[in-house]
Amino acid sequence: MSTVSDAEVRSEVREWLAANWDPDMSLLEWRIKLADSGWGMPQWPKEWYGRGLSHALARVVEEEFANVGAVRAANSGVRLLAAATLLEHGSDQQKKKFLRRILTGEDTWCQFFSEPGSGSDLAGATTRADLKGDFWIVNGQKVWTTSAHHADHGLLLARTDWDAPKHEGLSYFVINLKQPGVDVQPLKQMNGHASFNQVFFTDAKVPKENLVGRVGEGWKVAMTTLAHERRGADGLPAPSKRGTRVGKIHAEERAETEKANQPYTWYPQRAGRVDLIIDRAKETGANKDPYIRQEIARLMTLAKSAEWTARRARAAQQQGRPQGPEGSLGKLAASHVARACSRVHTLITGTDAMLTGRESPREGIIAEILVSVPAVSIAGGTDEIQRNIIAERVLELPKEPRFDTGPFRNVRKN
Amino acid sequence: MSTSHQSTSASGRRIQFAFTDEQDQFRSAVRRFLNDKSPTTEVRRLMATAEGYDPAVWRQLSEDLALPGIHIPEQYGGAGFGMVELCIVTEELGRALLCAPYFSSAVLAANAILSAGTEMQKSALLPEIAKGARIATLAITEPDGNWDPAAIKVVATPDSDGYRLDGVKSFVVDGHVADLLVVAARAGKTTGLEGLALFTLDANAGGVERRLLESMDPTRKVARIDFRGAHANLLGSLDNGAEPILRTLDRAAIALANEMVGGAQALLDSAVNYAKLRVQFGRTIGSFQAIKHKLADMLLDLELAKSAAYYAAQAVAAGDPEWPALASLAKAAASETYLHTAAECIQIHGGIGFTWDNDTHLWFKRAKSSEVFLGQPSYHRELLMQRWGVER
Repeated sequence: MSTVSDAEVRSEVREWLAANWDPDMSLLEWRIKLADSGWGMPQWPKEWYGRGLSHALARVVEEEFANVGAVRAANSGVRLLAAATLLEHGSDQQKKKFLRRILTGEDTWCQFFSEPGSGSDLAGATTRADLKGDFWIVNGQKVWTTSAHHADHGLLLARTDWDAPKHEGLSYFVINLKQPGVDVQPLKQMNGHASFNQVFFTDAKVPKENLVGRVGEGWKVAMTTLAHERRGADGLPAPSKRGTRVGKIHAEERAETEKANQPYTWYPQRAGRVDLIIDRAKETGANKDPYIRQEIARLMTLAKSAEWTARRARAAQQQGRPQGPEGSLGKLAASHVARACSRVHTLITGTDAMLTGRESPREGIIAEILVSVPAVSIAGGTDEIQRNIIAERVLELPKEPRFDTGPFRNVRKN
Repeated sequence: MSTSHQSTSASGRRIQFAFTDEQDQFRSAVRRFLNDKSPTTEVRRLMATAEGYDPAVWRQLSEDLALPGIHIPEQYGGAGFGMVELCIVTEELGRALLCAPYFSSAVLAANAILSAGTEMQKSALLPEIAKGARIATLAITEPDGNWDPAAIKVVATPDSDGYRLDGVKSFVVDGHVADLLVVAARAGKTTGLEGLALFTLDANAGGVERRLLESMDPTRKVARIDFRGAHANLLGSLDNGAEPILRTLDRAAIALANEMVGGAQALLDSAVNYAKLRVQFGRTIGSFQAIKHKLADMLLDLELAKSAAYYAAQAVAAGDPEWPALASLAKAAASETYLHTAAECIQIHGGIGFTWDNDTHLWFKRAKSSEVFLGQPSYHRELLMQRWGVER
């Protein structure tokens, strides 16, 4: 494996694409070829739908796919987090059963971690799984589940031992959503969108063989999922360059992408739309107001500084230097930027900020910013949790005393 | 090799987001020197003297480390590095709060001479400044404290062999110990940015009267200078004389922004260390979220200001034409961060933080003087908007 060169991989993938790529194929037909040849996920192990290539060589493959405009293996939503978790902790039987259909896009996945009673304190989950014969019986409620309404499988973190300490009583399962004990309800947010679901489990069944890792190791397995989630991104899939490509397969892929991205249409507004600020000020004449000019300059300074801080972190990483404090600050900085944007958009917009929908400036975008920004400082770790992380991991300050040790049964909960 | 940690400026050169290994080594050398030469006991000793610096330390800093000429081209006796290295020096000086005429001589005066001087003037004036043998400073602001060169009132009148200066300058950093003065003045009967130019004269020349002002920050001494027909030489030319003044102030703003984030880092370190030591209610105060979150916010604030200060310095080095706007951005950001960090550092120390014996006030005062030196944050935010082309 280590002897394969850049040029060899390039010529091999080129040859394979020349022989196999056809934009008039169906999306499924093509993705089956990708899964079975290993070219869809070249960095995965050879025995599991990959080719065992390094990340650098996988990028070569990616380039060649891009050169001919070939569609990649399915990669939207939670499916790759599921795959990464199964590759690391799953049994051979689980890998065989799930990985291929992840890559072909036949199965869609979602993640059941957060609960109404455990948000920041994820390990405080109280959804329970009890072993009865060959099945784990699941009861409880999960929340903030993207795409649950069209997912086939879920990654489930549930409590299997109430006498063990908090983190040691959890187990990790793959649960099939297409069963009577699973009730998926949309969760409508304050901005009117329903990007998430809440999911109720009433005696839902998980076959014994769908336990991932060992009983009581659920927290460790969940950490793998979360690590990949963090590495993954800021939520938004990379912009597609395939928008105008012709062929049956591209049309099918566009439909797939649109469905996958549907929950995220308001995400740019959630981040505050700093890109609109100067134009909007000129549009409304707010650029003449000395106070608003100050506030705009203050916001732009913050936004630019946050961007440069992220670039510093990336530069240090690329040079293989130990990560400095700048690497842990992005999430909190983004919160500040979003909040400041929301405030300055209001200053610029004035009384029109009372309006929403089409009555609101920019076809409702401004109103959507104002009612979406409060999500930023909560989603993916609240500002307060970020501050704890920064204080404890970067500044090495001591932890607060804990009150959740000992058997979980005795720990105070919601 | 990956280049995505850089961004291309309009000039086509890359803006770097990381220091090079050489720059890091240089920083370490400067820091070692300052750790040794500028403990707060020395800062306290020197700030109480009239001169405000230790000539022996200044000589070492000049001769052993070549710091005053770090950014001066080799042909004028300097070390031939650039804005990034100059800002590494000021960041470290700000961290150590060194009492020395560095900002006045190396940052303000040397940059003014580099920006405005003729080849002959640069060759004549810069080598002595680079060697630290002659201390120079720049006089721009007048008793009204306005940093906009358009407000300059000191008049330069041509005479037989040069010019005569009349008027008053104030807030002249190290003006009381400088050997050479670079003075911004205007031709009679001109207004605004028209008719401005820079002039040089010996600080001990006739018609020059210098008075040390009582300053809030005793580690940065400022003087008032009265000119009554003092004889001076034109630096460079009379054409477009405002340009070198503006660009000198912009470079100084970037150097100051870096000095300020250095000082803020020292304050944050001090606050974090104290929070780990101080015990109340049976726990170190650093274990309380009220304190942890405050410190986390201070760190974020500081890293953001650092990013702006570093980026502005890199933009000068890369020749990005946007750099004067970035100077204002960095100055405004660092000013507020420095003062806020100082105030919070006192807060975390509690009562002891308000005492004379605790060192925090040394940096607090530097933060306060730096906040308004070269223009307040609000002034620079307005400049930023104008420089970005957002019309009033």
